[in-house]
Amino acid sequence: MYDGLLHFFLSPEDIVPVVALALLAGLRGPQHGRRTLLLLPASWFVGCFLGTMFQRTTSWPVAAISFLVFGGLVAANAQLSLRTITVLAGLLGLVHGWMNGAGVSWSLSLVGVYAGLVGGIFIVVALVSAFVIKLRPPWTRIAVRVAGSWIVASGLLLLGWAARRG
Amino acid sequence: MTSTLRRAYLRSLAMLAFAMQFSQVAEAHLRKGEASGFLSGVRHPISGLDHVLAMIAVGLWGAQLGAPAIWALPVAFPMVMALGGMMGLLGIPLPGTEYGIAASMILLGGVVLLELKPPLWVAALLVSFFAIFHGYAHGTELPPGQDGLLYSMGFVCATGCLHGVGVSIGLVHRWTRGQIFLRLSGAFISAMGMYFLWKASA
Repeated sequence: MYDGLLHFFLSPEDIVPVVALALLAGLRGPQHGRRTLLLLPASWFVGCFLGTMFQRTTSWPVAAISFLVFGGLVAANAQLSLRTITVLAGLLGLVHGWMNGAGVSWSLSLVGVYAGLVGGIFIVVALVSAFVIKLRPPWTRIAVRVAGSWIVASGLLLLGWAARRG
Repeated sequence: MTSTLRRAYLRSLAMLAFAMQFSQVAEAHLRKGEASGFLSGVRHPISGLDHVLAMIAVGLWGAQLGAPAIWALPVAFPMVMALGGMMGLLGIPLPGTEYGIAASMILLGGVVLLELKPPLWVAALLVSFFAIFHGYAHGTELPPGQDGLLYSMGFVCATGCLHGVGVSIGLVHRWTRGQIFLRLSGAFISAMGMYFLWKASA
């Protein structure tokens, strides 16, 4: 379990998109936050198992794309419906979970590892989205959007790194 | 803190300490160079006076212009700067980078000095244009063996914080003496830009 938990907290390519989605859900309100809190860890868990089962990865710069999409939505303060947030949370969880799961071969202890991983995601989403929902002064919500723009900027550079590596 | 809260807090700590007795060594992957990658990224924008002054000038100008420029400019700059960084990483040639950085100081310092208030799109365009040169310099100057993602995150965070410093200083704009101070700061940044331009051409 600690392996999964630490893996998540030591992987900026996983934790940053999760934080971005939590910021986005927080900006939209409690309903979006609750939906993300339940759906993201669940879809990540499913994605991990699917990745382990099929053992296939992609050469696409998944982390960079996630940074750009979720950071961009936060920076733009996108007025997304609950349905759209649901789809985005499901997609993020499945794709990143798949990438996590595809790197390891199956064993029973993996259940604990994945439980630790989604536990970390649950904690981060709960803390970040609850924090943003509570923000009231307008400048604090602008600060959240600025954080989104930083995530986009990091994503662009990550895309550059991926292209340079070929 | 009430005594009930303190008791609950101490009980949680005791339970955590107890649970940790049963923990195993975690084997999550550790990647070498991560911390140094992030710190190198943070250090890069703050190690060059030309970058520092230009970033602060963006914040100062944003504060002079007021809302929405006060947040729009610091949002636009890192994103376009990253585009410049991407160009640098990909090896796309951008001639006259040092001249562009020096010119950014001269012009951004100049607009702060003159307290120019153009439409938001003009201000964003000017700031974004110069952001490309700063980003390009960061992208091409990456030290070997660093973690790309953490380096990128480090220098984006440092750049954003420098804008924040500029905006914070710019809040003195509400006072008459503060306005004069800001204009003098603009003059100083502009003069430093001329010095860097002279240095680049020497």
